[in-house]
Amino acid sequence: MTGATLGTGGLKYDHAKRHRPPELNVFLALILIVAVFEVLGQILPYMNGQSFLFDTQGRFDSIFNEARLKIIILQVAIVGIIALGVTQVILTGGIDLSSGSIVGATAMIAMSFAQVAEVNGSPNTRAVFFEQGWVDLPVLVPVVIGLICGLVAGLINGLLVAYTRIPPFIATLGMMVTARGVAKWWTMGQPVSFPTDSYAAIGAGMTPVYIFAVLAALFYLVMRHTVYGKHTYAIGSNMDAARMSGINVQRHLTLVYTIAGALAAIAAIVLSSKNLTAQAGMGVMYELDAIAMAVIGGISLQGGRGSIIGTALGALIFGVILSGFTYLRLDAYYQEMAKGAIIVGAVVLDQWRQRRAAQRS
Amino acid sequence: MSDVILQTRGLTKHYGGVHALEGADFTLMKGEHVAIMGDNGAGKSTFVRQITGVEQPTRGEIHFDGARVAFKGPLDAREAGIEAVFQTLALADHLDVPDNLFLGRERTKWNWLGPFRRLDYRAMHADTIAALEKTGVKIPSIRNTIQNMSGGQRQCVAIARTATFHSKLTIMDEPTAALGVQETAQVENIIRTLKSQGEPLILISHNMRQVMDLCDRIVVFRRGRICANLRAADVTGEEVVAYITGALTQPKYAVDGVL
Repeated sequence: MTGATLGTGGLKYDHAKRHRPPELNVFLALILIVAVFEVLGQILPYMNGQSFLFDTQGRFDSIFNEARLKIIILQVAIVGIIALGVTQVILTGGIDLSSGSIVGATAMIAMSFAQVAEVNGSPNTRAVFFEQGWVDLPVLVPVVIGLICGLVAGLINGLLVAYTRIPPFIATLGMMVTARGVAKWWTMGQPVSFPTDSYAAIGAGMTPVYIFAVLAALFYLVMRHTVYGKHTYAIGSNMDAARMSGINVQRHLTLVYTIAGALAAIAAIVLSSKNLTAQAGMGVMYELDAIAMAVIGGISLQGGRGSIIGTALGALIFGVILSGFTYLRLDAYYQEMAKGAIIVGAVVLDQWRQRRAAQRS
Repeated sequence: MSDVILQTRGLTKHYGGVHALEGADFTLMKGEHVAIMGDNGAGKSTFVRQITGVEQPTRGEIHFDGARVAFKGPLDAREAGIEAVFQTLALADHLDVPDNLFLGRERTKWNWLGPFRRLDYRAMHADTIAALEKTGVKIPSIRNTIQNMSGGQRQCVAIARTATFHSKLTIMDEPTAALGVQETAQVENIIRTLKSQGEPLILISHNMRQVMDLCDRIVVFRRGRICANLRAADVTGEEVVAYITGALTQPKYAVDGVL
């Protein structure tokens, strides 16, 4: 459809001219950052002209350095899954600080239902449910139990935010501390290891990337083309208007937080499967990385603005920066510092852009 | 009696000891445009809040479209066919025109998907264009988000919402208070369009010229009571001001010891 046919009263309007999608800016930022790393690699003397993006040593069939590209995507795929849920929460004008802890608790609980009976021919007596005989269970059992953990944690978040009217920051902060406690209490701090082969297959190789890609595509469609998506944007944009329009705001918020919890649970299952072990400290700070991906991707913390595509691009930028620092052989300390600066920078840029847009109209 | 769309009898609202509205008897005929005027605190907005279900009256009856009604909330009133354009426009800034018109009552497909049922953008766009054409609203692009629109365009969208759903009664609370000259003219044109289509309207306004131009009747509120019910053609602006300020009161509304 062209913009000109969508007006009334004979007014002319060039839709494409006025509406550069904000995701385009994020995409351009992604390309710019890649280019900066590429140039730095060529300039810095100790790099010996290594390329960031391209295959200069003829190791792969394509012109790109496939190994690096795979690592970039793989290392952000799992947090990216969390970010899809966090994005929806932020779009309602809320925040979810509990996702990292939900990952920890869910990973511990799910993994304990995915353990094998025998390790190297001798009984796996350290399995959590060895005495009950709950070992070598079909893969569906830990997956379903894990999902239920995430759904319940998300539901509690949602009920607290929607019905007690305490700020989302506080409600999910409570869940963050509580879920981390559950993760430690579950095995009294012991790691849970030795999953069945079928459980280990979930996060093997590039599967996390495919899971992230499918979920991102699914939630792109959900946010863009369903009533759920529309109401999520409406609540974040103007909660009073949403209420006046007959949207059941409380029920909808509960649903959004529940879905965010479920997505954190999926991330936990994939992560514990990939690592072949679960520890109580798993997923620490993931909530902030997920929020950072959303913010870098142009999701407004005030709610109502941004898209799943933005978050996916934000996740890629995140991955490129992490890889870029490794590529330039900079210490991990610098990575953290740069991450913090980029998050703040993205928000400042967003606010500045919004103010400018407000002045124009 | 069937020509009456809205009637209130003895409508009264007390906030604690404050008598914000006292014994309002008000009648609106089908196709009639009535202005409500009065000083700040005279009870205009309180009256509107009762008939739109935002608040529940302390006493009194509301009859709408031939039946007695008791709205529990604004949604009840809306479902009955009363659409109000409030001063705070109740639009979602980041959504475009069709999204706002259909917010909370979207046209959908695949309804078995529950909350994840699919939006029928095509139908909503077509209906939006039709509603805007019907009310004579000029919008360069309905895909534009509300935040990128001028105050007048926003007001027009809010008004067009009432036309989209074939409401039986439209209530506007100072629709041009924050608008410039041209935008005011656009909104007034929409009101004239509604008039020509026989849509009844209650207009709250402080703008005497506007009220005289657009309305058949003027009901004046003072200190929570109706103090005059005037045919716009029979009175001058000065007389209306006299009623608003308390210099004049129609005999049948005179109350001993109160005014």
